[in-house]
Amino acid sequence: MTLDSYIDYVILPILAIALLLVFVRLFKGPTIVDRVIALDLLITIGISVITAYSISRGKSTFIDVAMILALIAFLSTIAFSYYIEKRGRK
Amino acid sequence: MKSAILKTASSYLLPILLLFSIFILLRGHYHPGGGFVGGLIAAIAFVLHSFTHGSEATLKLLHTHPSSFIPIGLGVAALSMFVPMLGGQPVMTSLWFNEPFPVIGLIGSALFFDLGVYLVVIGAVLTILFTIAQYSE
Repeated sequence: MTLDSYIDYVILPILAIALLLVFVRLFKGPTIVDRVIALDLLITIGISVITAYSISRGKSTFIDVAMILALIAFLSTIAFSYYIEKRGRK
Repeated sequence: MKSAILKTASSYLLPILLLFSIFILLRGHYHPGGGFVGGLIAAIAFVLHSFTHGSEATLKLLHTHPSSFIPIGLGVAALSMFVPMLGGQPVMTSLWFNEPFPVIGLIGSALFFDLGVYLVVIGAVLTILFTIAQYSE
């Protein structure tokens, strides 16, 4: 089994199943904190999909997309926690 | 926010993110990137700083209000548009230097247009976000 077919037939399906499971948590999530963590995990899995794709196709420019996505995920989690903390104080 | 880890991390992340945004800006002619994305990344760097240090500290770091970046950026872009008219060429003709510069590479008037877009995007995004932050307090 070559690396390309391993990524296509093993890693990408596992990541797709993980995305579906995280979506279930995003819709069910009893509290808002669960949904924030699910969104963060969703973007993290998206980053790994982009990385696996760019490894299998040999295109390094997609790595920068993953980098910017990681940055935005970090910032959005901080923003959510900032406003949740602010709302809890009132 | 009172988190020592986040505060320390953001003070190191700000220069690194600004460097990355300039890298994206310079790469943007033949590869993905350019003024708009670079400006957004630079704006994200300042927003991250304002989340941890407060928006007053970020305004002090910028020295001026971010809305003053918009006319500077528009001026740079308009200047790079109309410079080819001095040589009798149509507006927005791409002029290129003959010799590549060290580190940066071959630059032309398109880079200065992108630099204007970069400044306008930083100014617009930071003005919008600081206005929202002031009203929500």
